[in-house]
Amino acid sequence: MTKVQTDFKLGSMHCRNRVWVASGTFGYGDECLDLVDVNKIGAIVTKSLSLKPRDGNPPPRVVETPSGMINSIGLANIGVDRFLEEKAPFLQSLDTSVVVNIAAGSVEEYREVLERIESTDCCDAYEINVSCPNVKEGGLSFGTNVRMTAEITRELRPLTGKPLIVKLTPNITSVSEFARAVQDEGADAVSLINTLVGMSVDVRTRRPKISTTTGGLSGPAIRPVALAKVYETIRSVSIPVIGIGGITSANDALEFLITGAEAVEIGTANYLNPNVAVEIAEGITTFCQENDIRNVSEIIGTLQTDQTISVVKSWM
Amino acid sequence: MKIELLPVVRCEQVAATVYALHMRSFYFASTIQPGQFINIKVQSGFYPLLRRPFSVAQTQDDVITILFDIVGEGTRILSLKKPGDMVDVLGPLGRPFTLPQSDTVPLLVAGGLGMAPMPILTKWLKANGFKNTETFLGARSKDYLVDYQLENVHYATDDGSQGYHGTVVSLLDQWFTDNRGTEVTVYACGPNPMLRGLQNLLQGRSLKGQVSLECVMACGIGICQGCPVESVNSTKRYRLVCNDGPVFDIHSVVIQ
Ligand SMILES: Cc1cc2nc3c(=O)[nH]c(=O)nc-3n(C[C@H](O)[C@H](O)[C@H](O)COP(=O)(O)OP(=O)(O)OC[C@H]3O[C@@H](n4cnc5c(N)ncnc54)[C@H](O)[C@@H]3O)c2cc1C
Ligand SMILES: Cc1cc2nc3c(=O)[nH]c(=O)nc-3n(C[C@H](O)[C@H](O)[C@H](O)COP(=O)(O)O)c2cc1C
Ligand code: FES
Repeated sequence: MTKVQTDFKLGSMHCRNRVWVASGTFGYGDECLDLVDVNKIGAIVTKSLSLKPRDGNPPPRVVETPSGMINSIGLANIGVDRFLEEKAPFLQSLDTSVVVNIAAGSVEEYREVLERIESTDCCDAYEINVSCPNVKEGGLSFGTNVRMTAEITRELRPLTGKPLIVKLTPNITSVSEFARAVQDEGADAVSLINTLVGMSVDVRTRRPKISTTTGGLSGPAIRPVALAKVYETIRSVSIPVIGIGGITSANDALEFLITGAEAVEIGTANYLNPNVAVEIAEGITTFCQENDIRNVSEIIGTLQTDQTISVVKSWM
Repeated sequence: MKIELLPVVRCEQVAATVYALHMRSFYFASTIQPGQFINIKVQSGFYPLLRRPFSVAQTQDDVITILFDIVGEGTRILSLKKPGDMVDVLGPLGRPFTLPQSDTVPLLVAGGLGMAPMPILTKWLKANGFKNTETFLGARSKDYLVDYQLENVHYATDDGSQGYHGTVVSLLDQWFTDNRGTEVTVYACGPNPMLRGLQNLLQGRSLKGQVSLECVMACGIGICQGCPVESVNSTKRYRLVCNDGPVFDIHSVVIQ
């Protein structure tokens, strides 16, 4: 059997493989150790951390929709201090890369969270969740404003030598514009997509099925959208792109790698099987063996397209 | 905690709208505690996508049983399971009921299919020396009373078609009046309006109780934060039904 090289380097971070678990879908990594061989995951991305603990939104917070779900968790998290005290030592003890995801309501808060984490050296990289309401600008999401997204990147960049990944929201017209902006400010990579805005109504009660009326759609339903956004981004930036959205199998993950994503993150699928990232990583290795590929990197960006058709004629 | 594929022993109808699904697993049968639940992927593929949580109603040798009624696609698919079909089960999950204080009478109070965790609880209480449990079972009407492996049952129906004419909570209230001085431990499960009524009743009489709550869940194992219940007197505004519950001190939660 061919020995397949699966590892992945992003700046100073060295991952065992290219399959990570996405923020908010794997807790803080210590919740389901009975079910998962955590040391076989490429990287664990933590639940978004804010400066202070956050209670999150009132129930109901989740509802199933066709091939997906809508959530409105409201960034419920234990806050950076408790994270450092209670969760970081365990994560550090793992033989897996750790990416701390940060969410904040102001640029200062992003800075402060990152500085506190940085002072302890408990992670390998940062992922910046910009899909949070900006307190100063009337609760409008940072991530839908290219100027704000660039500003956060500019402010955080000098504070760490570790890889800085900016996680982009799909709820905008042109994701490549945002990707270019954060690349220009020195981001090491972009990850996408965060959830799509979605809504579901209980016809009997005529009430929205989640407490905040609209929420974030995730799961297999969003995979084609995610893939198209990744494709758009890959063609417009030179920094690595990490693909997220509806991945449930090695086949799904390969779609993203072939399109050009350097790594993928698994979200909603963890709820069905918390070991799914490990199984996907193994499935990718099997695919390589079957196709006589010695390094997973050989797959990346091998999409066969007819450029003329996809650019000139488009599909509309 | 494990994920296992369990062979179906059989699926039978035990009341007008209620099914009992029996599945074989030595691991689950020997580890499940009363009040805990399992999370079932009713079929592979994306519809339904998420696992569905169910209380374990009974264990017998290496067989576990769940009771459910058809409320949507997931439960409809479950009701069609045939002997030998394999069911994808994650569990055991959540915090179980705890034993009563000695010298108290355990009172099991259930509305509708809230009786689901009561059979296994009854068996466990007996095994622990609590021989004289009393069960209070309420429903809309006779057809919705699910009298499955319960003991010493007092019935209440909203329409009076069987037993006491009124809610199970007022039936219990009457029992308290008739049995003044009896030390009790209350275990409850059922629809939220009933549980709120019970909470008030117990509060008024300064009685304690354990309640098993239900809510929509995405993961069932504490990684999504999707299942909050508001807590009283706690530094944390919300607790998670899947991990901190589903069994709570009835006075520690705000029942919506
Ligand atoms: C800890 C726990 C234990 C449970 N034990 C049992 C049990 O022993 N027997 C039983 O019949 N049911 C039980 N439930 C409820 C059961 O999980 C739901 O009825 C089931 O998920 C519905 O799935 P469905 O696909 O058939 O319906 P869906 O199409 O998903 O939903 C149909 C209706 O049920 C409601 N619903 C969906 N999920 C839940 C949920 N998790 N809790 C309450 N309502 C829900 C929806 O809002 C909708 O109105 C339990 C729930 C929890 C959280
Ligand atoms: C319940 C839930 C909670 C989430 N919480 C976060 C979060 O805290 N921070 C974040 O950046 N993304 C969060 N996400 C988004 C996921 O990380 C991921 O981007 C998205 O769900 C799409 O991937 P999927 O379809 O594989 O789930 C959350 C998603 C879900 C379903
Ligand atoms: S259902 Fe996911 S945390 Fe409780």
